[in-house]
Amino acid sequence: MFGILTRRSKNGHVATEPLERKVVIDIRGITKMYKMGDVEVHALRGVDLKIYQGEFVSIMGPSGSGKSTLMNILGALDQPTTGEFFLDDTDVSKLSEADLARVRNKKIGFVFQSFNLLKRTTALRQVELPLIYGGAPGRAKKAKAALEAVGLERRVDHLPSELSGGQQQRVAIARALVNEPSMILADEPTGNLDSRSGTEVMQIFQSLNRDQGITIVFVTHDPWIARHTNRVIMLRDGKVIADREVAEPLIAGEAERPSEADEMETMFKDAYYGGGQDEYN
Amino acid sequence: MSLFESLRIAVAGLVTNRLRAVLTTLGIIIGVGAVIGLVSLGRGVELFVAQEFQSLGSNLLFVFSSRPASDTRTTIQPLSTIEADALANPTIAPSIRQVAPQYQVGGQIVAGANSFRLAISGSTPNYTSVRSWFPSLGTFITQEHVTDAARVAVLGTTIVEILYGDSTFDPVGQSVRINDRVFTVIGVMEERAAGFLGDENEAVFIPISTAQTRLDRARTRDGGFEVSVLNIQAVDESRMVAATLEIETYLNDAHGINFQGEQDFTIISQADILDSLGAITGILTAFLGMIAGISLLVGGIGIMNIMLVSVTERTREIGLRKAVGARGVDILMQFLIESVVLSVIGGGLGVLLGVMITLFAGVLVPDLALGVTTDSIILATAVSSFIGIFFGAYPASRAARLRPIDALRFE
Ligand SMILES: Nc1ncnc2c1ncn2[C@@H]1O[C@H](COP(=O)(O)OP(=O)(O)OP(=O)(O)O)[C@@H](O)[C@H]1O
Ligand SMILES: [Mg+2]
Repeated sequence: MFGILTRRSKNGHVATEPLERKVVIDIRGITKMYKMGDVEVHALRGVDLKIYQGEFVSIMGPSGSGKSTLMNILGALDQPTTGEFFLDDTDVSKLSEADLARVRNKKIGFVFQSFNLLKRTTALRQVELPLIYGGAPGRAKKAKAALEAVGLERRVDHLPSELSGGQQQRVAIARALVNEPSMILADEPTGNLDSRSGTEVMQIFQSLNRDQGITIVFVTHDPWIARHTNRVIMLRDGKVIADREVAEPLIAGEAERPSEADEMETMFKDAYYGGGQDEYN
Repeated sequence: MSLFESLRIAVAGLVTNRLRAVLTTLGIIIGVGAVIGLVSLGRGVELFVAQEFQSLGSNLLFVFSSRPASDTRTTIQPLSTIEADALANPTIAPSIRQVAPQYQVGGQIVAGANSFRLAISGSTPNYTSVRSWFPSLGTFITQEHVTDAARVAVLGTTIVEILYGDSTFDPVGQSVRINDRVFTVIGVMEERAAGFLGDENEAVFIPISTAQTRLDRARTRDGGFEVSVLNIQAVDESRMVAATLEIETYLNDAHGINFQGEQDFTIISQADILDSLGAITGILTAFLGMIAGISLLVGGIGIMNIMLVSVTERTREIGLRKAVGARGVDILMQFLIESVVLSVIGGGLGVLLGVMITLFAGVLVPDLALGVTTDSIILATAVSSFIGIFFGAYPASRAARLRPIDALRFE
């Protein structure tokens, strides 16, 4: 189950020769149907997808197109109605409840749009959580290292209420990566964040992907954010309508997003409806 | 995951949700405390009443004259000393150990400037053993006093206090006047706790013959003297009914009674009184038990509410925990342990509260011998623990079976 790929990336490691990469996610004919009384909602209508180790993928698509539904299935948080899902060559649909828990614990790090941190629990304890269920020794050390990786080494004892949204999301990312999963899944991780915090999160994702080779799949509505990834998958009405490689991925924090002020500038006519300059003074 | 890990997670969960933990515990504390406190109070009252009866003497029957129930007979033949002697005879009434007849005369007792009106009790020497009530100072009436119709008196402590202004005063050897005759005080009865019979210490005992002949002319037709009450002690508890029958048979014959309704005497056994009072104290205990039950219920509803209200928050927590790798068992363990810890702490403090209520009531009402009983502890702790564990773990176990995503989405 190895694919032969050619990948280009802007940041140095240009791979012109064919490269053997392991398939992390292999889904075939996935459908998801929600029954709401008599109404059947087809959230996914047959999705086939292969995601290779070390890829940095963004999933885009209009609201209601099934992005979250797909992510939840990939994260083993939900079960598809039909179809097959192989994760690292294991057939996830055949796993017991306990084995599923193990998969979620060891192989997947999930980052939610709404952070989903435990209330009144310090950052360190949040990050330790997967380690507790994984039964790993040296918890505090590993959790601190993960928090350091997301730049929160000085917020170890902070409660969620004492952290900004961006910082909370970074705690959630630390929690996702602390067990060294084979992939990180994130459903609109920047959706609740301002653009600066969003950029910080992207920087972290990029460095995790580049430096540690962690596979990352995330959902975004923001084309600018999507331009930081290597591959963009477009969903519409529960189907993949496009799956494209990004020509020139941006490096987070390097390329300035056109500022809102600049974008606004282009929106307006030059003169302010003809009123005087000192009208508000 | 080890039990120790589960315990750590559960304790961390409790510490994180302090307020909820405290409120839940409070519900258990109040429920358990109320049950234990009130039950021991009820038991104390029951015990008190039972003891009061023990102090009457044991295996007692009281016989006194009374108006016949039926109209066919209107005369009352008084009880007499002849009948008392006959009933004391084992060949006539083998189930009777002894008979202490009493004759009561209205009288006035005077010492110095103080006086008091009451029913003077003419008694026999065996009154003390029948009623198990003995003098604390001096002696009781002797057979010689009865034979001589001596003018001697034994006083209750209330009378001592009325006549001499101090219940601890020793009046033995003093002279008192009863209905203008001079009596010598020979003893003081030991003080009895005021019970449902009223103040028994408000009594003056003189020889029965003195009462019958010197204070009154109480001859009867059968050649004996009139008697107000027969205090009769049966041989043992199992012979009470037999003794009652023997008394009835003998007195029916002596009084020429042919029909039930014509009886001009009444026999009351200690057991009769105990039964009727037992019914009252039983109601009291049931009432207290009901209040305790309501407290337990209210406490239980409190626990239930808190547990159920926190379910949304906890369901999402469960979803998150499952998302990062918790198995259903881990979740169940956590919540079960959380509930057990709360129940144990709440139950323990509740027992403490119950004991404190009991001790406090004991200080307020020193006559009650209050003690905490293990069955009330077990009952109260079991019920509130069950409520705590059920309403703590049941919603959690449901949530633990949900898919993580459904738990995370739970509203
Ligand atoms: N639990 C559910 N029960 C019923 N229908 C659902 C449920 N979850 C999602 N759906 C439906 O499935 C479809 C896809 O939803 P999904 O959340 O995957 O969309 P999405 O692409 O993530 O949208 P958004 O960009 O707004 O987050 C929608 O039509 C939605 O109404
Ligand atoms: Mg979504």
